[in-house]
Amino acid sequence: MFERRIFSRTAAAAAIASLAAVAPAKAEDTVKVGMILPMTGGQASTGKQIENAIKLYMQQNGDTVAGKKIEIIVKDDAAIPDKTKTAAQELIVNDKVNFIGGFGVTPAALAAAPLATQAKIPEVVMAAGTSIITERSPYIVRTSFTLAQSSTIIGDWAVKNGIKKVATLTSDYAPGNDALNFFKEHFTAGGGEVVEEVKTPLANPDFAPFLQRMKDAKPDAIFVFVPAGQGGNFMKQYAERGLDKAGIKVIGPGDVTDDDLLNNMGDAVLGTVTAHIYSAAHPSQMNKDFVAAYKKAFGSRPGFMAVSGYDGIHLIYAALKKTNGDTDGTKLVEAMKGQKWESPRGPISIDPETRDIVQNVYIRKVEKVDGELYNVEFQTFEAVKDLGKTKK
Amino acid sequence: MSASSDVGFHAQRQARWHYGEAAFWLVVLACGFLFPSRYLIMTDILRLALFAMSLDLILGYAGIVSLGHAAFFGVGAYAAGLLALHGIINEPVLALIAAGLAAMVLGFAASFLVIRGVDLTRLMVTLGIALLLEALAERFSNITGGTDGLQGIDMQPILGQIPFDMFGKAGFFYSLAVLFVLFLLARRIVHSPFGLSLRAIKNNPLRAAAIGIPVNRRLIAIYTVAAFYAGIAGALFTQTTAIASLDVFAFERSADLMLVLVIGGTGYLYGGLIGAVIFRILQEVFSTITPQYWQFWIGLVLVVIVLVGRQRLHYGVLYLPNLLIKQIGGRKAIVTVPESDA
Repeated sequence: MFERRIFSRTAAAAAIASLAAVAPAKAEDTVKVGMILPMTGGQASTGKQIENAIKLYMQQNGDTVAGKKIEIIVKDDAAIPDKTKTAAQELIVNDKVNFIGGFGVTPAALAAAPLATQAKIPEVVMAAGTSIITERSPYIVRTSFTLAQSSTIIGDWAVKNGIKKVATLTSDYAPGNDALNFFKEHFTAGGGEVVEEVKTPLANPDFAPFLQRMKDAKPDAIFVFVPAGQGGNFMKQYAERGLDKAGIKVIGPGDVTDDDLLNNMGDAVLGTVTAHIYSAAHPSQMNKDFVAAYKKAFGSRPGFMAVSGYDGIHLIYAALKKTNGDTDGTKLVEAMKGQKWESPRGPISIDPETRDIVQNVYIRKVEKVDGELYNVEFQTFEAVKDLGKTKK
Repeated sequence: MSASSDVGFHAQRQARWHYGEAAFWLVVLACGFLFPSRYLIMTDILRLALFAMSLDLILGYAGIVSLGHAAFFGVGAYAAGLLALHGIINEPVLALIAAGLAAMVLGFAASFLVIRGVDLTRLMVTLGIALLLEALAERFSNITGGTDGLQGIDMQPILGQIPFDMFGKAGFFYSLAVLFVLFLLARRIVHSPFGLSLRAIKNNPLRAAAIGIPVNRRLIAIYTVAAFYAGIAGALFTQTTAIASLDVFAFERSADLMLVLVIGGTGYLYGGLIGAVIFRILQEVFSTITPQYWQFWIGLVLVVIVLVGRQRLHYGVLYLPNLLIKQIGGRKAIVTVPESDA
């Protein structure tokens, strides 16, 4: 029909115009960093923290390194792996980025891995924490942590500190399973017993029914892993169900008491013991400055995701410095291997063999400091490597 | 002219190919050559268009509302993923058809639930089916990979000849070919007497039944066909992205699809295609400008579309072409939107 023809043509013309409009321009002396982060959806707080930290780092250290101007391109993937993949392809093919970074959850980091290998560009993982990630591509470097690092240590600590019976509650996806397995391995090896094992769905979890089962099992403590951002919800339901009053403690990797949300969790969280890589109360001067600057710029407390992002962008700067501005992906990954620096979380380095992060793991207890809730560190395990790599 | 030959005349006239349609497809094909750096987003648009066409078949032609169309998309996606992952059917085109058939079987089974109710019940039933499947996929994570998704899918070359490349060129033309073939099929279906009987059912099911149209059987048939289409769209998704995760069943996917048809209009097949183009481009533009708040702007645009009315928007967009036609052609411009689109 005649009228349809015109309509279709107009639509097509509009489509062409818009496609052309979003096509990017290319410049020679800029280095582009494509950040793929969950900016919407359940993991949005992770994306926000990393983005903030990168902004802060670039304010402090300038946006040029080795004569190249750093340009950050942020893409939202809402932590959905196929969106991550599309975003990564778009960034690599169209924006011609020199690095991809971010990755709020493990599936997202894994989805981008084959692309990093094919395109030969470094993938800097700044959040996701499953051990296998760095094995999926020789171009993956991690500045966050692995669940094995914190879970094994809290497992050992628990059994040495009079906790005999533990119920576990973990998110049902790769990092949750990592946390559970490593904890169980170390906890039971030391003579502890796991009395109840519960896995909760990653998306929109309701912990209440599980918590009732936990309460009935009467353990000494519950081992909890939920991804950053869900801890607040968990603690609320933990208090509502009266588990704190029943004397059941919370232990786990520090994701559950993320600094980002900790202060609003209420007094039920007091006494929670976790093993983790970063606390905003870490007593170094560098961390004090970092926390103050972050608070001033964004009005909130930085969590471990922010620190991972801060270190991630630092690693990118350091690699560029070392290659003297050479943007060849293979050389950049080589330059990243073995890097050592002082981070707000303490001394860290990149293991040259696994490209994974080596860092201190701290045992912390939630306490009130100046009226605010903090994870106060009381024991340090130095230079912990990832123990979750496939045995070779 | 008698009434029946009048209907036949109109039906035939509608079924004829128009220059505009040919031009539309040529432009789509040309996009493949004009924007070699945008294959991924264009492939995404094609997949969405095919998926929207599937919903259009039941919504625009048979009047079945659905908030759970992602159920069939998801079944197709996982079927294609599992077939490729376990090497059961390695050739993508065959796997595509197999995945479509899997979704079709589910569609056939689900159609008996769907025909039982009216609009509100249908919304709930379709929504329920999709949620059910999502929960099942999460529960049986040893098969589906759960929240981590199916990892490590390695797609074989299409027809054993054309490998999928990382720039998405093969994926784009493959998707385009599939979309075009299925479009031809859909076009044939909706202009057939069967398609006309669906429209009669949509307008008034009671009257349609009274003139001898087997309403339920027709609805079951079109619902099954639509499920096949959605399954193919899902399979294309897995094959071109080499990934399948729980979100293929997500409610957002079904809801987005409704939005696509709200933008594009229903009941003329191109609604889904045009809606998909506009929706994705809006999403792309907004999320590039503001990665955090793009959903707000998409929402705003939709509110405006609904408030102003699509017809008036179309009139606005078509104002300039109309003017040109008037000036150059010197004839009375009669450019309007199809009446079914209002």
